[in-house]
Amino acid sequence: MRANGIGYSTPPARLDPAALRADFPILVREINGHPLAYLDNAASAQKPRCVIEALTRFYSHGYSSIHRGVHTLSEEATAAYESARDAVTAFINAPDRRGVIFTRNATEALNLVAAAWGRANVGPGDRILVTEMEHHSNLLPWRRLAQEVGAELDYIPITDDGRLDLDGLVRRLTGPVKLVALTHVSNVLGVVNPIPEIAALVRERAAAARIVVDGAQSVPHLPVDVQALDCDFLAFSGHKMCGPTGIGVLYGLPELLKEAPPFLVGGGMIGRVERAEATWADLPARFEAGTPAIAEAVGLGAAIAYLGEIGMAAIWAHEQELVAYALEQLRGLPGVRVIGPTEPRDRAGVVAFTVAAIHPHDLAFILDQEGIAIRAGFHCAQPLHEGLGLGPTARASFYLYNTLTEVDRLVAGIERAQALFG
Amino acid sequence: MYREQILDHYRHPRNQGRLDQPDVSHELDNPVCGDVVRMDVRLTDGRVSEARFSGRGCVISMASASMLSEEIQGRSVSELMALQEADVFEMLGVTLGPVRAKCALLPLRALQEGLSRLE
Repeated sequence: MRANGIGYSTPPARLDPAALRADFPILVREINGHPLAYLDNAASAQKPRCVIEALTRFYSHGYSSIHRGVHTLSEEATAAYESARDAVTAFINAPDRRGVIFTRNATEALNLVAAAWGRANVGPGDRILVTEMEHHSNLLPWRRLAQEVGAELDYIPITDDGRLDLDGLVRRLTGPVKLVALTHVSNVLGVVNPIPEIAALVRERAAAARIVVDGAQSVPHLPVDVQALDCDFLAFSGHKMCGPTGIGVLYGLPELLKEAPPFLVGGGMIGRVERAEATWADLPARFEAGTPAIAEAVGLGAAIAYLGEIGMAAIWAHEQELVAYALEQLRGLPGVRVIGPTEPRDRAGVVAFTVAAIHPHDLAFILDQEGIAIRAGFHCAQPLHEGLGLGPTARASFYLYNTLTEVDRLVAGIERAQALFG
Repeated sequence: MYREQILDHYRHPRNQGRLDQPDVSHELDNPVCGDVVRMDVRLTDGRVSEARFSGRGCVISMASASMLSEEIQGRSVSELMALQEADVFEMLGVTLGPVRAKCALLPLRALQEGLSRLE
């Protein structure tokens, strides 16, 4: 096990992106007369046929409400939904399936922790630590919580080369720290934070603090084991890992979740309801009020089976190859500045960059004319951009179906934009 | 989309800068991409006698601001308030999807918000 929590028992098999591309119907599309090069995977990933078919099959043959019907379809749908929970449990090596809560997405999962666990456990004068590299989703819930309860929000800085400043973390692990919220992989810097090492520092110096990890950019791309990470909560979204939209996951230690008051109240999450009071259902139903995203959970289960068959270690190795090549190629372009570490070590397949004198929107538009989809803007991390003295940036992000040829097309497209606007 | 006329306005912006004591001065930003446009206008007898734009942004938002500053010369406040999305697309000579439309419309929105605060 390496410090960043990415461990291999055996060297991963190489995956063949050309063969995998055939699994994704959308990748045959042409955009503006060119083959689609989809390099916006940090925003959302495309869906393999097996996931699309799982949704169709479930709606065509197995759909019903769950948990309360006693008819055949309800029994079958309940079993399908709960087996998706088992798939997630195994995928992240959670010790207990009761700690795996289905949410709408990572954002809702983080809001759930803030609203339910946070309000009950963080009080006036307590300290909440976040990092300067957080996505707004893992920043605003904590800022609001701090304002509501009178806690103090403090930022762990980043180093000049775009990594988390562990000395800065240690300096801030003083006083009543109740929570450390940080991302596993930055959606702008691409850096993989060494969560096990960070968790060890937090446990040693602030034993009462709970650790919340935003796994939105890590769970889809590398092997994630919550026990190896030693986090208390982990949030991620299904749509970034080949699953449907509208389904996400909160993993939490059951002993923390069962003490927390409910997030949403209503159907499905109660024990008994009387005119004046109610008792709450056991985990995980306690945090899944209302009819959940049943088909989407089934689709996420299919996505996990697909990723598991390919192997997360193989996917990570493939993305490492892509990002190393992309960094090398972009470094060779005059006027291009890569944001975050310029070496591929502990760097995921997310590359944000600027091109001198070209606004990222204009670059994204020129690339789109050639079928290349990238993202332009602040990527929901405006404080990070401001901290680095940056305006908006362009971002290319990779997944299992991307190829070195697509990186070449990206580089050629940047050169054409430079010729047009230069 | 990057027609020669648009690129010309981007490379050689018209009426870029600020006015001294303008009658209307309003700044708007697009939080998604950080583009910022300010429109300064001087009115004489209820019509635009001078206009300037300032700010930073992509080719579309800057060219739109430059073109708009020319387009509104001599126009009355009520004429300016009546300008629509389609007028901006016509001015630019392009039709844009919902995301890029925000860039193109930022100068008009800044102008109209500023004008709406006039007595």
